[in-house]
Amino acid sequence: MAEPKTKYDRQLRIWGEQGQAALEKASICLLNCGPTGSETLKNLVLGGVGSITVVDGCKVEVSDLGNNYFVDESCVGQSKAKCVCTFLQELNDAVKAKFIEESPEALIETNPSFFSEFTLVVATQLVEDTMVKLDRICRDANVMLVFARSYGLTGLVRNSVKEHTVIESKPDHFLDDLRLNNPWPQLRSFAETIDLDTSDPVVHKHTPYVIILVKLAEEWAKSHSGSLPSSRDEKKQFKVEDVELIKARMVAMDEDNYKEAMEASFKLFAPRGISSEVQKIINDSCAEVDSGSSDFWVIVAALKEFIANEGEGEAPLEGSIPDMTSSTELYVNLQKIYQAKAEADFLAVERRVRDILKRIGRDPYSITKANIKSVCKNARKLRVCRYRSIEDEFSTPVQAELQKCLTDEEYSYATGFYILLRAVDRFAANYNSFPGQFDSGMDEDISRLKSIAVSLLGDVGCNGSSLIDDLISEMCRYGAAELHAVAALIGGIASQEVIKLITRQFVPMRGTFILNGIDHKSQLLLL
Amino acid sequence: MANSATQPSRTKDLEKLFHRPGPLVAATFEASSEMINDLKEYVKVLVVGAGGLGCELLKDLALSGFSNLDVIDMDRIEVTNLNRQFLFRVEDVGKPKAEVAAKRVMERISGVNITPHFCRIEDKPMEFYSDFSIIVLGLDSIEARSFINSVACGFLEYDSDDNPVPETVKPLVDGGTEGFKGHARVILPGITPCFECTIWLFPPQVKFPLCTLAETPRTAAHCIEYAHLIKWDEVHSGKSFDPDDPDHMQWVYTEAVKRAELFGIPGVTYSLTQGVVKNIIPAIASTNAIISAACALETMKIITGCSKTLSNYLTYNGVEGLHTKVTDFVRDKECPVCGPGVLIELDTSVTLRKFIDSLKDHPNLLLTRVSVRHRGTNLYMQAPPILEEQTRPFLDQPLFELMGKTRKDIVSVTGMAGKADNKQSCSRKLRIVFKGADGVADMDTAGGA
Repeated sequence: MAEPKTKYDRQLRIWGEQGQAALEKASICLLNCGPTGSETLKNLVLGGVGSITVVDGCKVEVSDLGNNYFVDESCVGQSKAKCVCTFLQELNDAVKAKFIEESPEALIETNPSFFSEFTLVVATQLVEDTMVKLDRICRDANVMLVFARSYGLTGLVRNSVKEHTVIESKPDHFLDDLRLNNPWPQLRSFAETIDLDTSDPVVHKHTPYVIILVKLAEEWAKSHSGSLPSSRDEKKQFKVEDVELIKARMVAMDEDNYKEAMEASFKLFAPRGISSEVQKIINDSCAEVDSGSSDFWVIVAALKEFIANEGEGEAPLEGSIPDMTSSTELYVNLQKIYQAKAEADFLAVERRVRDILKRIGRDPYSITKANIKSVCKNARKLRVCRYRSIEDEFSTPVQAELQKCLTDEEYSYATGFYILLRAVDRFAANYNSFPGQFDSGMDEDISRLKSIAVSLLGDVGCNGSSLIDDLISEMCRYGAAELHAVAALIGGIASQEVIKLITRQFVPMRGTFILNGIDHKSQLLLL
Repeated sequence: MANSATQPSRTKDLEKLFHRPGPLVAATFEASSEMINDLKEYVKVLVVGAGGLGCELLKDLALSGFSNLDVIDMDRIEVTNLNRQFLFRVEDVGKPKAEVAAKRVMERISGVNITPHFCRIEDKPMEFYSDFSIIVLGLDSIEARSFINSVACGFLEYDSDDNPVPETVKPLVDGGTEGFKGHARVILPGITPCFECTIWLFPPQVKFPLCTLAETPRTAAHCIEYAHLIKWDEVHSGKSFDPDDPDHMQWVYTEAVKRAELFGIPGVTYSLTQGVVKNIIPAIASTNAIISAACALETMKIITGCSKTLSNYLTYNGVEGLHTKVTDFVRDKECPVCGPGVLIELDTSVTLRKFIDSLKDHPNLLLTRVSVRHRGTNLYMQAPPILEEQTRPFLDQPLFELMGKTRKDIVSVTGMAGKADNKQSCSRKLRIVFKGADGVADMDTAGGA
């Protein structure tokens, strides 16, 4: 067997050893192993999840050979769950793969406790009332749930978890935590040891821009009654003056550090304090902790205290700086100053975590240093995702949002598909087949689907006339087809969401993703 | 072939889209029960690359009604491919990707024929590429995309009103991924922007200035690049660095650690050393699956017309939540690759040799090692040697004569483009207009009259 570290190298670079360990501990249950389900699992088996359990009650039919890669001719007539499971196992022998030949609907009805042993359930190709039932079961058992469905050229992916908290959200673009707008005493005194007017041109062009900006801001403040600009006009004026100030300090055109200072000068008057997103998290009622609170919320409670006290309104410092033009010595020393402040902030938060744990009757050392450190380092990037239950979304969707998206020219198809995906389930409940499933009676199916969709829209308080007739005909044309390319696309998205949920890194999508396979103007609906 | 009611067809799901008319299809679409047969009979698809995207593409296309596929890839299978290139197993390491990928898909899906090509894309003649109805790209390099793009655009012809001739439009579908992000795009040369029209979407990789590496290192990556780009040559005079040799990599790592310690810089690891030196782009199965599926879906729709198509660039970002965006980029009317051609005015006396020389300095071309073709005839070929020898005598003849004394016409040239340290093969279309040729022709006519 290949060295796992080498085999997983390209993904370890994304989610690290911790993320990989979480995947390898996870047990995933798949309901229905058509192409949507088998493609979802394929991506997870390759990545090395701990175990998979494939649940499907069907036998392989000839038509499965045309859209599912994980069956072949020799499988026809055999259990689909068994065949798919066997072929998936070939992809990675580190994964424990098993199957259960039973219909998911029956399992949901007769054995709801079955689901509680899993980390996460991927439910594919389920109709509306089965989704609602399964959602209830998984919520009660605290099992994460991802729905995926492919239908003609459309489909959906929907996460359902009561609450998902993320520490390492790893956003792509995030402002560096430099505190230029609010430098602490050690950073100020470090800046004081450096002379911007040095006569040595080599030293001059190797002074990091952080120092240049801290010093110039102080100069500015001195000449403006001791404070940085606060009003909009002042800021505007400062911006202009500041760039001029920096320009005036350049002694040669090739001074990259001064160019960097000009580009970064906006960081001087970034608003102080925490973002509204962090504010919302520390003000969440879950931050009022008791013995039943999760580690995440205990640390958030400590964070809240820190911000109100030692932090003086700021979150703990992240403690790293981006690369910038500088001499090695100045850069390394500057880095140490940031690290020292981050360490001091961390220690203060840690003390508060231990105190809180004592207060709520838990072992004060039941949360690791590493965990607290990680929260401190990512304090500005914490995320909390909560998902409405499927039942709530289906019975009382956010009417205004739905109506808005239905009439938005760009996204009316995707939103229409959302309604029609629900309407076909009602159709199937009434007529025992999906619209257009058979070649005969197409016109009748179209008018039946239309009246169901219009009444569905009426039920949730939306205007039925917003639905596009062409889309209804198109939905009937699909006749519940599960196309491989669409299934692979939907399965790919579902597996990406599963990875984010299990590794607790990056941010899972909120709402329901609706694929528009016609022109790819897909939509995320928060209903 | 009609679908009998008792025996469900293998392609039951595809038939719904292919056999039934619909309101949201391409203008050219004709619902037909012959579609699957026609695809088998008349359509050949080329998949470029048998890596993370290529493996997915072969599977997706084979299950989307396409029976004749070719796949081209010059690489061999490595252990680090196995977390996403699902057609490969541990025991395949070292074998050519194209061959193993083709074999695996054919074993699983009966009736599909996949021809592998284990070679460089530049090694195939233009005729090879002209054979396909559509070309789908699963690549990770700008250079390779640029090459295939120039090949596809090379087939494009314009009519006298500078409108693209529909039969000469060779569609491309291109995908790319990095981590949780990716893109899929449709290129209809002459109709939608080609790769070169929007080359700014792919900014060049930022390199560290050598003086930073040598004098003021600050980060772990600086220490690694110092060991890789400066120290290696100092110590191993003449021996070139091989990123695939573990001993070489270990040496760079050890040197980088030493340098980092010297300067008090944290963070040098073996994994980071590999990442920096090989410029590794992190890759995962799920993103490749998403992007490949989008590309396969577009391929199916372009060929059959069973639905509208992406117009023309889709981005996917799953880092923070899920964001997809479709952008309708516009063509660069002056594009040297997909436009009607770079206009070059010449005197009728200019020899082929002088013409080739002038392309070296042409600001929009900067072409060296140039081969020239006109209307299917080789005027001068750099390689193979036998062709070079055959065409060499033409070098000292006037181009005007060689082109049959037409006043204006298109020639296609291939060669190496770009600056000294970053050359890549490409092909370009040139619109040659001979100055004063009208006069010449008039005189000829006059003389003949």
